[in-house]
Amino acid sequence: MLNIVKKILTTGVVTERIKAPNDAELEQLGIEIKSHIDKKFSGSIAIRQVDAGSCNGCELEIHALNNPFYDIERFGVHFVASPRHADVLLVTGPVSRHMQTALLRTYEATPNPKWVVAAGDCAACGGEFGVSYASCGAVSNVIPVDVTIPGCPPTPLALMKGLLGLINAKK
Amino acid sequence: MSSSNWTTDFLNQLSTDITVSKIDTASTTLWQIESHAWQQFAELAVQQNLRWAAGWAEQVDNRFFINACFEKQGEYVLLRTIIEGSNPELPSQATVYPAANRSERHTQDMFGIKFIGHPDNRRWTRHQAWIESHYPLRKDYPVQGTPVGVTAPDMHYPFIKSHGAGVYEIPVGPVHAGIIEPGHFRFQAVGELILNLEERLGYVHKGIEKIAEGREPESLARLAGRVSGDTTVGHCWAACMAMEQAAGVIIPPRAALIRGILAERERIANHMGDIGAICNDVAFVFAQMQFTRLRELWLRTNATVFGHRLLMDKIVPGGVACDLSDESGTLIKKDIVELRKELAEVILALDINSSLEDRLYTAGFLSEEIAAAFGTLGYVGRASGQDFDVRRDAPYAPYDQVTVKVALENQGDIASRLWVRYKEIMAALRLVESFIDQLVTGDIRTEWQTPVAGNEGLGIVEGWRGEIISYIRFDADNKIARFYPRDPSQLNWPALEKLVLNNIVPDFPVCNKSLNGSYSGNDL
Repeated sequence: MLNIVKKILTTGVVTERIKAPNDAELEQLGIEIKSHIDKKFSGSIAIRQVDAGSCNGCELEIHALNNPFYDIERFGVHFVASPRHADVLLVTGPVSRHMQTALLRTYEATPNPKWVVAAGDCAACGGEFGVSYASCGAVSNVIPVDVTIPGCPPTPLALMKGLLGLINAKK
Repeated sequence: MSSSNWTTDFLNQLSTDITVSKIDTASTTLWQIESHAWQQFAELAVQQNLRWAAGWAEQVDNRFFINACFEKQGEYVLLRTIIEGSNPELPSQATVYPAANRSERHTQDMFGIKFIGHPDNRRWTRHQAWIESHYPLRKDYPVQGTPVGVTAPDMHYPFIKSHGAGVYEIPVGPVHAGIIEPGHFRFQAVGELILNLEERLGYVHKGIEKIAEGREPESLARLAGRVSGDTTVGHCWAACMAMEQAAGVIIPPRAALIRGILAERERIANHMGDIGAICNDVAFVFAQMQFTRLRELWLRTNATVFGHRLLMDKIVPGGVACDLSDESGTLIKKDIVELRKELAEVILALDINSSLEDRLYTAGFLSEEIAAAFGTLGYVGRASGQDFDVRRDAPYAPYDQVTVKVALENQGDIASRLWVRYKEIMAALRLVESFIDQLVTGDIRTEWQTPVAGNEGLGIVEGWRGEIISYIRFDADNKIARFYPRDPSQLNWPALEKLVLNNIVPDFPVCNKSLNGSYSGNDL
């Protein structure tokens, strides 16, 4: 027990300051400046992550958002276990045809108002996999997408800016 | 270790009605037999303790080549039979080798090849994206297929049923509660106890084998690096090794050493993530926070030194895409010293923690017999007494220049799988140091040579999850005719169905994490 306490104390707080994304960055993420986003979500968003066919690379970086360096929960962003609790669907991967119905059902199960963030190159444009007998390609081919975060995979910082952009997008 | 000569003895023991034609290839021992002897061969192979390692098919003109890869004492044999396309069937090896079960079902779905006597010939990779009489990997099947607007869910898959007082079913997935890949688990339980678990995977099938066809080597390497994103180095290396064999390209020694550094860094990053996650699944958040922190620092060094946190696209056909400067070497070594210090402190807290001991010891037990029967690989196999590691038993550059210590446990529980990972981190740290010390000057990439059409290669490396086998055949003009990557998860997933038995349902997440199979690497 003392070992644990000692390690916690000597490690200290490693959480880093993250700058809110500026307008140019928001534009790059394709976020429309809509003041009502903030009103609707009261500065906090609940995210349901859906892997719709990813290689798991994006998931590793989404996981990193919860590590002590990024600690995304301090901004009111938290991951929830059910789409019924979610404001935002964070979707990765090209949508495999075998996941198409599951994604559509998850989307339907998410209460309005809701936003869809397509994270990673595959989700944004189909990436290395594109459209085929097995893949629907980009997430926007299956459900409406509000924000895309490019990268293969996007870094935690890019993910963070994309998600914070959604909250802070107000004028 | 390949000095042992079991192959000669084995051939002598084969009954006379099996004719083996030995075909000389540069790298692999290739034995060709008649299709009627396919199962008979497996029967002798299992008696002689050959491990079934991989199986795949390919269409060449109007015929099908069926391949199975066996290993014993670090020596690999590629077994092949050729059947006519008009009535493609042959006896199943899954009756003898449980490990071949899902692989043959995959071949059945993708090629329409029938394995006679298969113990479970339900569809596997196919859900509803294509119909039963269509076979996506046949050459006449278009890469775009014939999809309908919305692919229907796979509603009527015939799951195993159980009946009786108090037995109930829990369907889980494909969309899970956490940030993980999709798959379906069907539990039958009595009270809290798991009576049976059936996995239904294939949800992230992205047609990797099909879209590989016609690619050029660099593009194939990029695709291989996305078979399973957490194993980008491992799969990319195996695919490049196969392509280099086919093309007769020898990579420079410096490139081999850098590949070794990349692969060991990938192993360490994933093992750290897993140890934290296993502890998190039994609510020991201290470890999760510490290990995610250490993992983040490790990935940041990856970004600084190699330009990518997960090391994607750093291995390329003919070598590596980025060099390692002396300063970077020094930085990595400094990092390692620091990490050892940190690990010593964190591991001490894990080791003496009674609540961890209570949850991890004896839970998720996998016996040596079952591990061997399923050909279980990597840390899962090594925690259940399967003493095999490609880096030591069938060494490739740069592992042929160092001593690889293989961590082994035999209790077969979650704790064993955790401690094997820890020991592998420590061994990998030493390997990274010695590769940096041995770094010779020279090129990092050999010029590519277009291989002769029809040339093939088999890349076998030890990824962080275990042995990866990657098969490549070239077509004319530097184009890929066939790519088949066998992720270790394909052989490890069935072990999960066994190791959860008689555990409680709430322990499933930690059991699953202790195995940590790749869905994407399995579904292709």
